[in-house]
Amino acid sequence: MQLVLFIVVAAICMVAALNLVIQKHPIGSALSLIVVMGSLAVLYLLLGAEFVFVIQLIVYAGAIMVLFVFVIMLLNAGEEARTRGSRVAVLFGVPAVIALVALVAWVFARKALPDAVESTTFHGSVQIVAQQLFTRFLLPFEVTSVLILIAIMGAVVLARRDN
Amino acid sequence: MVPLSYYLVLSALLFAIGVAGFLVKRNIITIFMCIELMLNGVNLAFVAFANQYNLIEGNVFVFFVMVVAAAEAAVGLAIIISVFRTRETLNVDQVNLLKL
Repeated sequence: MQLVLFIVVAAICMVAALNLVIQKHPIGSALSLIVVMGSLAVLYLLLGAEFVFVIQLIVYAGAIMVLFVFVIMLLNAGEEARTRGSRVAVLFGVPAVIALVALVAWVFARKALPDAVESTTFHGSVQIVAQQLFTRFLLPFEVTSVLILIAIMGAVVLARRDN
Repeated sequence: MVPLSYYLVLSALLFAIGVAGFLVKRNIITIFMCIELMLNGVNLAFVAFANQYNLIEGNVFVFFVMVVAAAEAAVGLAIIISVFRTRETLNVDQVNLLKL
């Protein structure tokens, strides 16, 4: 049952990810990226990571993708133009990616990994994650708040119109 | 029960598609989206390993990755807007000088 669910969701995820690269218009890519993130959220739930599932939907599929779609509309981005540079990129990029996939597949095939993922025993609930976050990872947590503050100010300064 | 290697293969494929898009695409916004796709692939591997070895740290790491990705998206898109204002283009082939 879990395997069937995994295969269906993983297939949706792969098709959407490929569609992201194939689409010519950025808005099509953005919408397929939302599908990828939604299907990954389902996989997180399948892996028992409830907190990550919620965060994935709220932060990634919600906030970040809204930002992307907003910028695409703001800049009125049209279809991508084919140039000489893109042909060179295809020529070198595709073999490089095939080599990368082959390397990763070889590593997985060589290394004996444990058999099955026990999704029933593991629970990454909000309570457990928060307990770790506010005890062992308190310093990194506070540092990220500073990072977010700097990012907000940086975004405002960069996007501001010069007078 | 789903084997761990299935999750890792999916994660590797997502990462590879992200790399492919990064190299092949010419639109700066789409290139940025491909970076997000790579981050998502890595997150999936983190969560799969956290589940396999029953460690909560994997989930906490994913949280931090998402925070950094959010900050990166905000700053990156602001840079894209600023580049578009000065160059009037989103094609990376025409954005080949550091100075504005």
